[in-house]
Amino acid sequence: MWPIDRRQRQAGVTSPPAEGPLIIAGRAGNRRVVTAACPAARDLGLRVGMTVSRAQALVPDLRIEADDAGADTAALERLALWLLQRVAPIVSADPPDGIVIDSTGADHLHGGEAAMLEALAGKLALSGITARLALADSWGAAHALARHGADSVTIVPPGGLDAALAPLPLEALRLPAATVAGLRDLGFEIIGDLMDQPRAPLTRRFGEVLCRSLDQARGLASEPIPPLRPEGLIEIRRAFAEPIAAPETIARYIGKLVLQLCIELTAKGLGVRRLDLLCSRVDNRTEVLRVGLAVPQRDPARLTRLLCDRIVTLDPGLGIEIMTLTATIAEPLVPRQSATSLLEKAAPDLSGLIDTLSNRLGARSVFRFAAVASDVPERAIIRIPPLADTATPGMDAWPDHWPRPARLLPRPEPIETMALLPDHPPRWILWRGVRRHVQCADGPERIFGEWWKRDAEAQAVRDYFRIEDEAGARYWIFRQGDGEDRATGSHRWFLHGMFG
Amino acid sequence: MPAVRPALAELRARIGEIDGTGARQHGVLPFGVRELDRRLPQGGLSLGALHEVAGGGQGAVDGAAAACFVAGIAARMKGQVLWCVTQADLFAPGLAQVGLPPERVIHVEAGDDISVLAAMEEGLRHGGLAAVVGDVARLSMTASRRLHLAAKGSGTIGLALRRWRRQADASDFGQPTAAMTRWRVSELPSAPLPVPGVGRARWLVELIRARAGDSFDLELEACDGAGHLRLPADVADRSAAAAGGRHIAAG
Repeated sequence: MWPIDRRQRQAGVTSPPAEGPLIIAGRAGNRRVVTAACPAARDLGLRVGMTVSRAQALVPDLRIEADDAGADTAALERLALWLLQRVAPIVSADPPDGIVIDSTGADHLHGGEAAMLEALAGKLALSGITARLALADSWGAAHALARHGADSVTIVPPGGLDAALAPLPLEALRLPAATVAGLRDLGFEIIGDLMDQPRAPLTRRFGEVLCRSLDQARGLASEPIPPLRPEGLIEIRRAFAEPIAAPETIARYIGKLVLQLCIELTAKGLGVRRLDLLCSRVDNRTEVLRVGLAVPQRDPARLTRLLCDRIVTLDPGLGIEIMTLTATIAEPLVPRQSATSLLEKAAPDLSGLIDTLSNRLGARSVFRFAAVASDVPERAIIRIPPLADTATPGMDAWPDHWPRPARLLPRPEPIETMALLPDHPPRWILWRGVRRHVQCADGPERIFGEWWKRDAEAQAVRDYFRIEDEAGARYWIFRQGDGEDRATGSHRWFLHGMFG
Repeated sequence: MPAVRPALAELRARIGEIDGTGARQHGVLPFGVRELDRRLPQGGLSLGALHEVAGGGQGAVDGAAAACFVAGIAARMKGQVLWCVTQADLFAPGLAQVGLPPERVIHVEAGDDISVLAAMEEGLRHGGLAAVVGDVARLSMTASRRLHLAAKGSGTIGLALRRWRRQADASDFGQPTAAMTRWRVSELPSAPLPVPGVGRARWLVELIRARAGDSFDLELEACDGAGHLRLPADVADRSAAAAGGRHIAAG
């Protein structure tokens, strides 16, 4: 799908999307064959591999574009670079149509593996890219599951590789077509058939490539991912004569690398927003550290501290041979005048604290709330980065007409009540097994559904009350519906928040 | 502090220096309620120290009144506030109504108590913040001592909002910590109105423990839009001597 997506993305910038099915035509020997087909074309029965003349005979008004493998690969590398800056320090293009990401040590910054894949799928879909994602312990397995798995997003739990791979077809193993055909002749259909076979006869017949790719997919043989290194990337590399492993030694060399990096950044007038440390171990594995910064920085002490804070997450194994420090995202940083007035004290710089906290806990965990123009309480707030300005210009505070609770339950909890309809507060409520008699109440505050968001909300109404029980505890409760018309809601009661 | 006893004041200051209460270096934040301030050892909450606040009754679990009390204190300081929680359930419009607008609060959702304490310590050491607030359930002597020392070093006020998962766990509040003061804020029925409705919220504010000071309790009206507490009108009319049993020598 990549060649099709790429062309449609390119076309989308300059012109409205063209109608009609699209295929990409390439050459196989002397024949012109279809190398990719858009979903519309596939619905019409066109398949990858059929000749172009046959496709034209089946569908008269077919758009045909010439295959351009060079441009596809270049665009794939640009996409890989985009992912490198956002997802993980080791990313590589896997031509013709894949990208491989080593997410070790990066997933916690995105809120876990499942959340990371979900966010990634969402981002790609927004950019108009049809993607299938798989996360597994080995490159081979992730490659196979992304292309031949049943679901569009697959996560293989650690240790579950063999079970996940067994039902996949032999093509999933990245083997030459001749080898796959030969194995088919011998009666092998799926990867599971190969797993328990004696290896010597297979190697004798098909060469060592078969057993090697099988082992790589099963995670028994290592397969390092060559990281993408775009041109102009500021990178400092240091190889050690003797492998290093002690945390103190690693910290010392991080300090030296950061110092060199900062000299280069200063020369170019740049500050770093994302910093990657790649440590190649003697056993041919790579350990990575990634730190993000809220504002561009090139202060060696601060960068060193952020990296050294995370040394505990590095596993040096038998020792680190090469350390590479990369400024993955660098932005212009020009000197600024520090104090504008001698009388006013300058606002303290919090970026250092925010960097420390967000690198330790994940960038999503440090945030600020901003107002959104919405009456529905749970939609009235949005999380923004701590140093960002307000999300919507002109919307910097919530309306102050009605009291709002200090704590809001993550989701409204159903309560039992006795209340007079349509617009009286309840006499008592039963919440979490405790009955509370309502002494006084304010309300209703009617909040209408946002019909422009969902059809279901076209008539929805919530009536909010602030109630106080005999002990003085104050709660925010609402009734779904206006108390008269069933179409406006179920008339069930919920508790939504607590006032101080 | 009454000016008529300069010798006593000087002695008190020297004791403060020796036991490291820190108020001398960093000053205090008065509540602006005379009844409350005159009973506090330094005439207010000392900056550069750790203070503990918990809710009473149901508030030990939901921590709503305690959050408003703490937000009111933070609102009266100048600058940014770091608020660390295990799971975000603060409602920013509610905080804005006690004087703490969203642009002044940086929230940290740390996931567990240990990370909350670490984030609080980081914030207290930074020194550029007005206040650091943390919702924690367990606060050991060691952890509170670390936080207190971090606060003392930078002059930032630390506020540990004690909040438990279950009501039964709230007995943990009796354990000693290094905090300078320990407060309990419980909700009381609101100010009576001549018409149906909920009046201004009232709290029973108890100072359970204060270093170099006596404990007391006081009924107060909750924070207004700028974070100020107020003495209810019917209590303010009573004579000061009747409201609390504190010796004049300590004031």
